[in-house]
Amino acid sequence: MIEKKNRALKSAVYISLIALAVITLLPLIWMLSASLKLDKDVFTIPIRWIPANPRWDNYVRIWDKVPFLQFTSNSFKLSLTVTAVQVLTSSFAAYGFAKCRFRGRDVLFFAYVSTIAIPWQVYMLPQYTMMRMMGLLDSHTGYVFMQSFIAFGVFLIRQFYRSIPDELLEAARIDGLSEYGIYFRIMLPLSKPVIATLSIFSFVNIWNDFMGPMLYFDSMGKRTIPLGIRMFLGQYSTEYGLMMAASVLSLIPVLIVFLMFQRLFVQGIATSGMKN
Amino acid sequence: MPVNAAAKTKKRLPLGMRNSLIGISFILPNFIGFFIFILIPVCFSFVLSVMKWDGFNEMTFIGLDNFRAIFGQSAFRNSLARTLTFTAVTVAITTFAALGLAVLLNKKILFKGIFRSSIFFPYIASMVSIAVVWRLMFMRNFGPINEFLRFMGVSDPPGWIATTQWALPAVMIVYIWKFMGYYMIVYLAALQDIPVELREAASIDGASGFQFFWRVAAPMLKHATFFVVMMLMINSFKSFDLIFAMTEGGPGQSTTLLSLYIYNRAFIAFDYGQTSAAALILFAIIAAATILQLRVERKMSL
Repeated sequence: MIEKKNRALKSAVYISLIALAVITLLPLIWMLSASLKLDKDVFTIPIRWIPANPRWDNYVRIWDKVPFLQFTSNSFKLSLTVTAVQVLTSSFAAYGFAKCRFRGRDVLFFAYVSTIAIPWQVYMLPQYTMMRMMGLLDSHTGYVFMQSFIAFGVFLIRQFYRSIPDELLEAARIDGLSEYGIYFRIMLPLSKPVIATLSIFSFVNIWNDFMGPMLYFDSMGKRTIPLGIRMFLGQYSTEYGLMMAASVLSLIPVLIVFLMFQRLFVQGIATSGMKN
Repeated sequence: MPVNAAAKTKKRLPLGMRNSLIGISFILPNFIGFFIFILIPVCFSFVLSVMKWDGFNEMTFIGLDNFRAIFGQSAFRNSLARTLTFTAVTVAITTFAALGLAVLLNKKILFKGIFRSSIFFPYIASMVSIAVVWRLMFMRNFGPINEFLRFMGVSDPPGWIATTQWALPAVMIVYIWKFMGYYMIVYLAALQDIPVELREAASIDGASGFQFFWRVAAPMLKHATFFVVMMLMINSFKSFDLIFAMTEGGPGQSTTLLSLYIYNRAFIAFDYGQTSAAALILFAIIAAATILQLRVERKMSL
């Protein structure tokens, strides 16, 4: 009897999970399907999930219609640069906060942590004004500066460094390693997982960022993919097929990163979740 | 501390100072950027909230006039109310959905990874892609959602983002859809921390799955729940991208949350004082809610 009940329960679990997974993925499947249609066929009733004759042409036309290649290369450039700057400077600073002792350290760290809780809206306008005064509007340099030094990175890596026992460093000091030597030879190699986590989050974040580029990039040559997708959303006519094709393309790098580093994603969320 | 370091530096700087300099040298590269591009703007916005400034002419001190002015605007008060509604609904539903999904996925099932990834994927998909797809899905006459509703027998389905009445629920649906996978992972991690022995012991004692969950697992999930609710609350209060990309705050003002109101004050009105005042109110709400949560958690865990 228990056997029977268990089986019923199990199938209920499967059915609900399948239903939920389908619901979550449906918008993305619809996106894929619409990206292969003519604009006039996007909204046929009933929905044709598999287009009768797929318009692969949409994926060719987006590159001519807007400078999509330029946007893609900008997106890659900015995501990679910000990630590199952020990971390098954050892990360096995290070592200082976790393993060096000096006056004012805790005050400085408190300044970092408290800005994590401050929404961007609070300082977005002063920041924008400052960038304008420094002549950094509509420039990739300004954007990299703006995004690279957020406190989250320092915080995440510091948490990890603190879990590394001081005895290990003490032993290295006795062996004559300088603090910099300890950082490069011991801490950095040990912190590969957390650095990978931060890199992934940072890359995905910048790749998907919409608000920053919208405020900061004006000229066509500076724009990134999210702005490019919005360009298909015209005031009077929207090119659905092209817009969906651009959206599908924009998801590919993120999907690849996700599939490759899924475990790190999950670990990162779990650890940053539990250690707060 | 390091004995040999002291020996080496005898003729140079005193030990304490040397250690300080080393520590600071680690922090400096990040700190310079942090100081200029984040800390100064944050402090500046506190100052601006009591000033009148348009960004070009001279600044004048006007005390709390900015706060008075924005509280006098119905646009501000409405956006505040909308933000509270949005946050309350999305936090409640997302938390339940995330917990439910985690419990389902914590069972011994096949293809666990595939289910987990599918539900998590919206979290990493770009806001803009998601926003444009849902915009089309929510189209009143031809959109797939209303088509489905008609198929299910709803003769007059809602106009979603075309109407002031349904636009906010529509963005809430998308918000929940996008973020539940993330919090599901947090819950899954917490569930996996519950030792298997506990479950076995409970089942030997004859506890049903439901009893086990309610009596044993739920108390152990308290910490995770506090974390989930807190993060969700902070993020819901400041959510901007998704709504801006989906509706730009419209139609009318129907989806103008506080964050969008602030954006309008800043980049349409260019009123620095009122922008900062409104932003500080948003910050104060988030801070108050967070502190309250931490208090409650401390009390409950005593």
